[in-house]
Amino acid sequence: MEEERSSGVIGRLLGGVNRTMRRLLFTFMSSGPIPQHIAFIMDGNRRFAKKWKLEEGAGHKAGFLALMSVLKYCYEVGVKYVTVYAFSLDNFNRRPDEVQYVMDIMHEKIEGFLKELDMVNRYGVRVLFIGDLNRLDEPVRVAAEKAMEATAKNTKTYLLVCVAYTSSHEIPRAIYEACQEKSGLALALNQNGKNIDGIVNVNVVIKVVDLEKHMYMGVVPDPDILVRSSGETRLSNFLLWQSTNCLLYSPKALWPEMGFWQVVWGILKYQRSYYYLEKKKKQA
Amino acid sequence: MLYSLISRHSTMALVAESQKSGNMLLFLLWHVVHLIISVLYIVREILRAIESYLITNGYVKTNTNLNLDRVKYLGIVVDSDEARNTSQVIELLEWLSAIGVKKVCLYDREGVLKKSKEVFMEKFGSAKIPNEKLVSGPLLSKKRMDFEFVSLSDGKELVAKAANLLFKKYYVDADSEKPFFTETHLTDALKTLGAVEPDPDLLLIYGPVRCHLGFPAWRLRYSEMVHMGPLKYKKYGLILKAIHRFTKVKQNYGS
Repeated sequence: MEEERSSGVIGRLLGGVNRTMRRLLFTFMSSGPIPQHIAFIMDGNRRFAKKWKLEEGAGHKAGFLALMSVLKYCYEVGVKYVTVYAFSLDNFNRRPDEVQYVMDIMHEKIEGFLKELDMVNRYGVRVLFIGDLNRLDEPVRVAAEKAMEATAKNTKTYLLVCVAYTSSHEIPRAIYEACQEKSGLALALNQNGKNIDGIVNVNVVIKVVDLEKHMYMGVVPDPDILVRSSGETRLSNFLLWQSTNCLLYSPKALWPEMGFWQVVWGILKYQRSYYYLEKKKKQA
Repeated sequence: MLYSLISRHSTMALVAESQKSGNMLLFLLWHVVHLIISVLYIVREILRAIESYLITNGYVKTNTNLNLDRVKYLGIVVDSDEARNTSQVIELLEWLSAIGVKKVCLYDREGVLKKSKEVFMEKFGSAKIPNEKLVSGPLLSKKRMDFEFVSLSDGKELVAKAANLLFKKYYVDADSEKPFFTETHLTDALKTLGAVEPDPDLLLIYGPVRCHLGFPAWRLRYSEMVHMGPLKYKKYGLILKAIHRFTKVKQNYGS
């Protein structure tokens, strides 16, 4: 990232030119529809480390830098919600030392984030951690909750980090929460004189909207683009429910190689598909 | 194709005009860039047609020995408007049958393919009919394929029905134990409602956009989704290529 390079006058000048060109390009792209919500599956960190013969954890570190760049470009172009698949429930099946390494990186980055809260709040980023947070190590979970609380009042842009998440967990959980809510409702009806023998009123009906209300991702609109790096064409249990009308984009770049051009191309593809997807959304 | 290109661009222009756009020049430039991209896509389509011809006629050897065992269940997503063209769908199914695919899941959002069920069943043998004994002679068995027809109502709506089943099972009695629902609970409830088929390994998407258009969510966990373009421009060789590519994919399933 150009801001982090130590630079003299030439370096700063080039950095400024770079930013201006980027701003021009993003203004040009805003002539068409800009997606409201982009989701990323950050795949390819380990392959990147292998490719460049780095030690194993270095891929994840490079991946974090790529994440920061991609976030910056998304927010600059005007995307309001960005969701990232940081850690799947399936990833707990990896070697314990690798799992611990990723947990440690997450902890380190969240703590780092908490130190920069002034800047974060100035940009108005609200951070949400999505998933079964009880599966995380205690220090990570505590840090995540602190970050969520600290940014709760921001409304300009949203960053949703999916950790300990899979759709296979999210959907039954939403059913459970919906049932809990409806049974609470039904019991309340009972107390108002319908049935008084401990049997819940079974005429309560759970609808799709009830389930969507209780999904982890129910707090934001559905994604417009779902990007999976490394050219893989599957979703690996990510946002399966929410991707009904979503453009699926699989650039060949490994996650640490993702950056500006992939974001630009993804949005251009979205603009080409916009009319069709809007038509499908209206038909639903 | 040129007509659809022009009409799509005029629509995009109308959409774009309603967006925030300060600079007229940039807006025109945007329009030009998208036109250039569309032309590039047309060129790509021509190249794909050539590639398909080469594959179909055996000039590209790598795509011929397909390990079809890896594709246990093939899913096809078709855009509903294109699905109305039954002859195109039949041609696609004939190709799949010739390749040797035995089990196909056909999805289209509005259920157009479901309505034409009889036509497909007549041509390719029978779809699963629970209470009938399936009798297939040797003459028919070559072309026979097993079908499943799925539409939008088999997705989220079915999950809502499963939710109601689970509610009735566990929440009727206020004092009963209420387990935290897991995938197993959902799968069992869905089985009761008739959703017994496995997840498709490979999903071929026929439509203008790479989007699964509401295919039942819980069945897509590890499915590879390949965009094949509009149904009317389908190509035999590219199906072979997609299946071949799929057999080379190595999945870690998260580990």
